[in-house]
Amino acid sequence: MKFGVVIFPGSNCDQDMVYVLKNIMKQDVVELWHKSTDLQNVDAIAIPGGFSYGDYLRSGALAKFSPIMKSVIDFANRGGLVFGICNGFQILCESGLLPGTLLHNDNQKFICKNIYIKVENNETVFTSLISKNRVLKIPIAHGEGKYYADKETIKEMRLNNQILFRYCNSDGEVTTEANPNGSIENIAGICNKNKNVFGMMPHPERASDENLKNIDGKIIFESMINTILSKI
Amino acid sequence: MKFIAEINIMPLKALLDPQGKAVKQTLHNIDFKTVENVRIGKHISLEIDADNKQQATEKVDDICKKVLSNPVMEYYEFTILE
Repeated sequence: MKFGVVIFPGSNCDQDMVYVLKNIMKQDVVELWHKSTDLQNVDAIAIPGGFSYGDYLRSGALAKFSPIMKSVIDFANRGGLVFGICNGFQILCESGLLPGTLLHNDNQKFICKNIYIKVENNETVFTSLISKNRVLKIPIAHGEGKYYADKETIKEMRLNNQILFRYCNSDGEVTTEANPNGSIENIAGICNKNKNVFGMMPHPERASDENLKNIDGKIIFESMINTILSKI
Repeated sequence: MKFIAEINIMPLKALLDPQGKAVKQTLHNIDFKTVENVRIGKHISLEIDADNKQQATEKVDDICKKVLSNPVMEYYEFTILE
């Protein structure tokens, strides 16, 4: 399987993503520079974390207009798999590929720590191998990670099973205390209606290498690869 | 003709504005207790070429809608100066 990892000026989790996909998951990976429009026949596209274009104006606002994003949006609209982590999630929301937006954390602080999430819908390409009662420990590192959408949008997302992950405590209980940033309904990750575009604030690529003593994030990549390879 | 647009982009009133809240708290702490509400947004000033004021207004509105603001969390208002 061939992954493309998009790189903007200011991306800083791109090489972690490349490393995990190539060295841990043993897949082909190409880097997609923001000025290019050529997706190099990839099967899936990762938009990594960081601060694209310095996050000037709003997080993800300028990245949305880059040449590569035009191709990524076309790819997604044709059913191609696209997933965004952290700043990547913000970019996908700004681009209109995912509903809602990410606001400043409630406490106005940049938060960098391990948190817990649980899967809400495990019938998607991105979550297919994760059992419903499993709690994943994955780090977050963001200042603007408070997921927000209006009531109508949230209702629609619930009906379409678009909420994929919620913040929870280590026992898997979705509580206010376990919500690190004030996200509406503890939302940590969502997908679009067609289930081919996915975004999450926590960093699974920072929890996929044995050397880091935490490989809880790996199952998200395994789910993706497993589903796609089984279709080929 | 050259016009100057003075644009204000503010968080939607329905949303909590944590920056504004923190500043209000600080103002209270240093005895500006009569401050009842603070909201923080962005001010953008841009120069634009247009045939007339109406065309400038339409262009700036389009720019605000497409780039400068995100309607999910912000609203904008602007004035055009010659």
